[in-house]
Amino acid sequence: MTAKVKYSDVEVGTEIPAQTYQIDRLNLVMYAGASGDFNPIHWRESFATQVGLPNVIAHGMYTMAQGGRFVTDWVGDPGAVVDYGVRFSAPVVVPDEGGAALEISGKVEQKLDDNKVVVALTARSNDQKVLTRAKAVVRLA
Amino acid sequence: MALNRDFIGRTFPPSEPYEVSRVKIREFADAIGDRNPVYRDPEAAKAAGHPDVIAPPTFPIVVSLGGPAIVDPELGLNLAMVVHGEQHFEYRRPLQAGDVVTCTSTITEIKAIGNNEKMTIETDITTVEGELIVKTFNTLVERGA
Repeated sequence: MTAKVKYSDVEVGTEIPAQTYQIDRLNLVMYAGASGDFNPIHWRESFATQVGLPNVIAHGMYTMAQGGRFVTDWVGDPGAVVDYGVRFSAPVVVPDEGGAALEISGKVEQKLDDNKVVVALTARSNDQKVLTRAKAVVRLA
Repeated sequence: MALNRDFIGRTFPPSEPYEVSRVKIREFADAIGDRNPVYRDPEAAKAAGHPDVIAPPTFPIVVSLGGPAIVDPELGLNLAMVVHGEQHFEYRRPLQAGDVVTCTSTITEIKAIGNNEKMTIETDITTVEGELIVKTFNTLVERGA
Protein backbone atom coordinates (compact mmCIF):
# COMPACT_ATOMS: atom_id res chain seq x y z
CA MET A 1 0.00 0.00 0.00
CA THR A 2 1.56 3.19 -1.10
CA ALA A 3 0.06 6.61 -0.83
CA LYS A 4 1.50 8.89 -3.49
CA VAL A 5 1.32 11.97 -1.26
CA LYS A 6 4.09 12.34 1.31
CA TYR A 7 3.33 13.35 4.87
CA SER A 8 6.33 15.66 4.82
CA ASP A 9 4.98 17.43 1.72
CA VAL A 10 1.73 18.61 3.28
CA GLU A 11 1.04 21.22 5.91
CA VAL A 12 -2.06 22.26 7.81
CA GLY A 13 -3.90 24.36 5.23
CA THR A 14 -2.61 22.50 2.17
CA GLU A 15 -5.45 22.63 -0.36
CA ILE A 16 -6.60 19.81 -2.59
CA PRO A 17 -7.79 21.18 -5.94
CA ALA A 18 -11.55 21.22 -6.42
CA GLN A 19 -13.20 18.69 -8.72
CA THR A 20 -16.65 18.81 -10.25
CA TYR A 21 -18.66 15.63 -10.61
CA GLN A 22 -21.65 15.56 -12.93
CA ILE A 23 -24.61 13.55 -11.61
CA ASP A 24 -27.37 12.35 -13.89
CA ARG A 25 -30.39 10.14 -13.26
CA LEU A 26 -28.55 7.21 -14.81
CA ASN A 27 -25.92 7.45 -12.07
CA LEU A 28 -28.63 7.20 -9.43
CA VAL A 29 -30.27 4.22 -11.11
CA MET A 30 -26.90 2.48 -11.30
CA TYR A 31 -26.19 3.35 -7.67
CA ALA A 32 -29.60 2.03 -6.60
CA GLY A 33 -28.83 -1.29 -8.27
CA ALA A 34 -25.28 -1.55 -6.97
CA SER A 35 -26.11 -0.55 -3.40
CA GLY A 36 -29.53 -2.17 -3.06
CA ASP A 37 -31.12 1.14 -1.97
CA PHE A 38 -34.21 1.34 -4.17
CA ASN A 39 -35.98 4.14 -2.32
CA PRO A 40 -38.05 5.79 -5.10
CA ILE A 41 -37.07 9.32 -3.97
CA HIS A 42 -33.84 8.58 -5.88
CA TRP A 43 -35.43 7.77 -9.24
CA ARG A 44 -39.17 8.48 -9.39
CA GLU A 45 -39.95 12.17 -9.62
CA SER A 46 -43.67 11.87 -8.89
CA PHE A 47 -42.90 10.04 -5.65
CA ALA A 48 -40.18 12.48 -4.62
CA THR A 49 -42.41 15.53 -5.06
CA GLN A 50 -45.30 13.78 -3.33
CA VAL A 51 -43.19 13.39 -0.15
CA GLY A 52 -42.23 17.07 -0.24
CA LEU A 53 -38.90 17.02 -2.07
CA PRO A 54 -38.21 19.49 -4.91
CA ASN A 55 -37.33 16.66 -7.31
CA VAL A 56 -35.45 13.36 -7.38
CA ILE A 57 -32.47 13.56 -5.00
CA ALA A 58 -29.17 11.68 -5.01
CA HIS A 59 -28.57 8.98 -2.43
CA GLY A 60 -26.63 10.54 0.42
CA MET A 61 -24.24 7.62 0.11
CA TYR A 62 -23.70 8.44 -3.58
CA THR A 63 -22.59 11.94 -2.59
CA MET A 64 -20.43 10.50 0.18
CA ALA A 65 -18.89 8.10 -2.35
CA GLN A 66 -17.86 11.06 -4.54
CA GLY A 67 -16.15 12.59 -1.51
CA GLY A 68 -14.38 9.28 -0.97
CA ARG A 69 -13.28 9.21 -4.58
CA PHE A 70 -11.99 12.77 -4.28
CA VAL A 71 -9.84 11.77 -1.30
CA THR A 72 -8.58 8.47 -2.74
CA ASP A 73 -7.73 10.10 -6.09
CA TRP A 74 -5.60 12.61 -4.18
CA VAL A 75 -3.90 10.16 -1.83
CA GLY A 76 -3.45 7.50 -4.54
CA ASP A 77 -4.31 4.49 -2.40
CA PRO A 78 -7.87 3.74 -1.24
CA GLY A 79 -6.36 1.49 1.42
CA ALA A 80 -4.85 4.58 3.05
CA VAL A 81 -8.23 5.82 4.30
CA VAL A 82 -8.54 4.94 7.99
CA ASP A 83 -11.62 6.97 8.90
CA TYR A 84 -14.31 8.78 6.90
CA GLY A 85 -17.45 10.50 8.14
CA VAL A 86 -20.00 13.03 6.89
CA ARG A 87 -23.20 14.74 7.87
CA PHE A 88 -25.80 15.15 5.13
CA SER A 89 -26.89 18.78 5.35
CA ALA A 90 -28.89 19.22 2.15
CA PRO A 91 -29.98 16.92 -0.65
CA VAL A 92 -28.37 16.97 -4.09
CA VAL A 93 -31.35 17.63 -6.36
CA VAL A 94 -31.02 15.85 -9.70
CA PRO A 95 -33.47 17.05 -12.38
CA ASP A 96 -34.22 14.87 -15.38
CA GLU A 97 -32.78 17.43 -17.78
CA GLY A 98 -29.20 18.46 -17.13
CA GLY A 99 -28.68 16.60 -13.88
CA ALA A 100 -26.64 18.20 -11.11
CA ALA A 101 -23.07 19.31 -10.58
CA LEU A 102 -21.34 18.39 -7.34
CA GLU A 103 -18.23 20.39 -6.53
CA ILE A 104 -15.85 18.99 -3.94
CA SER A 105 -12.74 20.59 -2.52
CA GLY A 106 -10.52 19.67 0.40
CA LYS A 107 -7.96 20.98 2.79
CA VAL A 108 -5.52 19.38 5.22
CA GLU A 109 -6.96 20.37 8.57
CA GLN A 110 -4.66 18.60 10.99
CA LYS A 111 -1.49 16.49 11.02
CA LEU A 112 -1.65 13.49 13.33
CA ASP A 113 1.02 11.00 14.36
CA ASP A 114 1.88 7.89 12.34
CA ASN A 115 1.81 9.85 9.01
CA LYS A 116 -1.91 10.44 9.30
CA VAL A 117 -3.67 13.66 8.33
CA VAL A 118 -7.24 14.90 8.64
CA VAL A 119 -8.70 16.12 5.34
CA ALA A 120 -11.74 18.39 5.64
CA LEU A 121 -14.02 18.28 2.62
CA THR A 122 -16.41 20.86 1.25
CA ALA A 123 -19.17 19.60 -1.05
CA ARG A 124 -21.57 21.93 -2.81
CA SER A 125 -24.36 21.55 -5.29
CA ASN A 126 -26.72 24.21 -6.56
CA ASP A 127 -25.10 26.80 -4.23
CA GLN A 128 -25.76 24.72 -1.13
CA LYS A 129 -23.45 22.84 1.18
CA VAL A 130 -24.60 19.25 0.83
CA LEU A 131 -22.16 17.76 3.33
CA THR A 132 -20.97 19.21 6.62
CA ARG A 133 -18.46 17.83 9.12
CA ALA A 134 -17.06 15.84 6.19
CA LYS A 135 -13.65 14.56 7.20
CA ALA A 136 -11.37 11.75 6.18
CA VAL A 137 -8.31 10.54 8.02
CA VAL A 138 -5.70 9.18 5.61
CA ARG A 139 -2.27 7.70 6.15
CA LEU A 140 0.26 9.31 3.83
CA ALA A 141 3.59 7.98 2.65
CA MET B 1 -44.11 8.92 15.62
CA ALA B 2 -41.87 8.41 18.64
CA LEU B 3 -39.50 5.48 18.37
CA ASN B 4 -39.51 2.84 21.08
CA ARG B 5 -36.84 3.88 23.61
CA ASP B 6 -36.61 0.27 24.81
CA PHE B 7 -34.44 -0.32 21.73
CA ILE B 8 -31.63 1.91 22.99
CA GLY B 9 -28.64 -0.33 23.68
CA ARG B 10 -30.17 -3.32 21.93
CA THR B 11 -27.74 -5.51 19.96
CA PHE B 12 -29.12 -7.68 17.17
CA PRO B 13 -27.87 -11.16 16.25
CA PRO B 14 -25.18 -11.25 13.53
CA SER B 15 -26.46 -11.13 9.94
CA GLU B 16 -26.10 -14.07 7.56
CA PRO B 17 -22.56 -14.25 6.12
CA TYR B 18 -22.04 -12.00 3.07
CA GLU B 19 -19.33 -12.89 0.56
CA VAL B 20 -17.60 -9.88 -0.97
CA SER B 21 -17.06 -10.58 -4.68
CA ARG B 22 -14.95 -8.99 -7.42
CA VAL B 23 -18.06 -8.57 -9.56
CA LYS B 24 -19.99 -6.69 -6.85
CA ILE B 25 -17.03 -4.42 -6.12
CA ARG B 26 -16.67 -3.61 -9.83
CA GLU B 27 -20.40 -2.96 -10.16
CA PHE B 28 -20.24 -0.58 -7.19
CA ALA B 29 -17.13 1.19 -8.52
CA ASP B 30 -18.85 1.59 -11.91
CA ALA B 31 -21.93 3.01 -10.20
CA ILE B 32 -19.94 5.67 -8.36
CA GLY B 33 -17.92 6.40 -11.51
CA ASP B 34 -14.58 5.49 -9.95
CA ARG B 35 -12.12 4.06 -12.50
CA ASN B 36 -9.40 3.16 -9.96
CA PRO B 37 -7.88 -0.17 -11.14
CA VAL B 38 -7.48 -1.50 -7.56
CA TYR B 39 -11.28 -1.93 -7.57
CA ARG B 40 -11.35 -4.04 -10.75
CA ASP B 41 -7.99 -5.53 -11.65
CA PRO B 42 -6.52 -8.15 -9.25
CA GLU B 43 -3.03 -7.58 -10.67
CA ALA B 44 -3.23 -3.82 -10.08
CA ALA B 45 -4.49 -4.49 -6.56
CA LYS B 46 -1.59 -6.88 -5.89
CA ALA B 47 0.88 -4.35 -7.25
CA ALA B 48 -0.56 -1.88 -4.71
CA GLY B 49 0.03 -4.39 -1.92
CA HIS B 50 -3.46 -5.86 -1.57
CA PRO B 51 -4.16 -9.62 -1.78
CA ASP B 52 -7.09 -9.10 -4.18
CA VAL B 53 -9.25 -6.24 -5.46
CA ILE B 54 -10.35 -3.97 -2.63
CA ALA B 55 -13.64 -2.16 -2.20
CA PRO B 56 -14.14 1.64 -2.20
CA PRO B 57 -14.38 3.29 1.24
CA THR B 58 -18.19 3.57 1.16
CA PHE B 59 -18.77 -0.01 -0.05
CA PRO B 60 -19.42 -1.31 3.50
CA ILE B 61 -22.86 0.35 3.27
CA VAL B 62 -23.81 -2.40 0.78
CA VAL B 63 -23.12 -4.99 3.44
CA SER B 64 -24.66 -3.13 6.36
CA LEU B 65 -27.70 -1.53 4.70
CA GLY B 66 -31.06 -2.40 6.17
CA GLY B 67 -30.68 -5.20 8.63
CA PRO B 68 -32.73 -6.25 11.61
CA ALA B 69 -32.13 -3.04 13.55
CA ILE B 70 -34.56 -0.98 11.49
CA VAL B 71 -37.25 -3.42 10.39
CA ASP B 72 -38.54 -4.62 13.76
CA PRO B 73 -42.16 -3.33 13.88
CA GLU B 74 -41.81 -2.84 17.65
CA LEU B 75 -39.30 -0.07 16.98
CA GLY B 76 -41.96 1.96 15.13
CA LEU B 77 -39.72 3.38 12.41
CA ASN B 78 -41.60 4.68 9.36
CA LEU B 79 -39.08 4.04 6.59
CA ALA B 80 -40.96 6.30 4.13
CA MET B 81 -40.10 9.27 6.37
CA VAL B 82 -36.47 8.36 6.95
CA VAL B 83 -33.55 10.40 5.64
CA HIS B 84 -29.88 9.68 6.13
CA GLY B 85 -28.47 12.07 8.72
CA GLU B 86 -24.85 11.08 9.20
CA GLN B 87 -22.53 8.27 8.19
CA HIS B 88 -19.14 7.39 9.57
CA PHE B 89 -16.69 4.54 8.93
CA GLU B 90 -13.69 3.52 11.01
CA TYR B 91 -11.53 1.16 8.97
CA ARG B 92 -9.10 -1.46 10.20
CA ARG B 93 -8.48 -2.35 6.54
CA PRO B 94 -10.43 -2.17 3.25
CA LEU B 95 -12.96 -4.87 2.48
CA GLN B 96 -11.56 -7.09 -0.25
CA ALA B 97 -12.84 -9.73 -2.65
CA GLY B 98 -13.12 -13.06 -0.88
CA ASP B 99 -13.96 -11.64 2.54
CA VAL B 100 -16.93 -13.40 4.11
CA VAL B 101 -18.39 -11.04 6.68
CA THR B 102 -21.24 -10.64 9.12
CA CYS B 103 -22.74 -7.47 10.58
CA THR B 104 -23.52 -7.06 14.24
CA SER B 105 -25.59 -3.95 14.93
CA THR B 106 -26.42 -2.07 18.09
CA ILE B 107 -28.82 0.85 18.43
CA THR B 108 -26.72 3.27 20.45
CA GLU B 109 -28.94 6.34 20.51
CA ILE B 110 -32.53 7.41 19.96
CA LYS B 111 -33.54 10.97 20.65
CA ALA B 112 -35.97 13.66 19.60
CA ILE B 113 -34.66 16.65 17.66
CA GLY B 114 -37.57 19.04 17.39
CA ASN B 115 -40.32 17.15 15.54
CA ASN B 116 -37.86 14.58 14.23
CA GLU B 117 -36.51 11.40 15.72
CA LYS B 118 -32.83 10.62 15.41
CA MET B 119 -31.40 7.13 15.76
CA THR B 120 -27.81 5.92 15.56
CA ILE B 121 -26.89 2.34 14.70
CA GLU B 122 -23.34 1.11 15.23
CA THR B 123 -22.35 -1.93 13.19
CA ASP B 124 -19.26 -4.10 13.38
CA ILE B 125 -18.41 -5.75 10.08
CA THR B 126 -16.36 -8.78 10.98
CA THR B 127 -15.03 -11.71 8.95
CA VAL B 128 -16.42 -15.12 9.81
CA GLU B 129 -12.92 -15.83 11.13
CA GLY B 130 -13.47 -13.04 13.68
CA GLU B 131 -11.38 -10.18 12.23
CA LEU B 132 -12.99 -6.76 12.68
CA ILE B 133 -12.67 -4.92 9.35
CA VAL B 134 -14.74 -1.78 9.74
CA LYS B 135 -17.07 -0.17 12.23
CA THR B 136 -19.92 1.84 10.75
CA PHE B 137 -22.02 4.50 12.45
CA ASN B 138 -25.30 5.21 10.69
CA THR B 139 -27.54 8.03 11.88
CA LEU B 140 -31.08 8.06 10.52
CA VAL B 141 -33.59 10.85 10.91
CA GLU B 142 -37.29 10.11 10.82
CA ARG B 143 -39.01 13.30 9.77
CA GLY B 144 -41.95 14.28 11.95
CA ALA B 145 -45.39 14.60 10.42
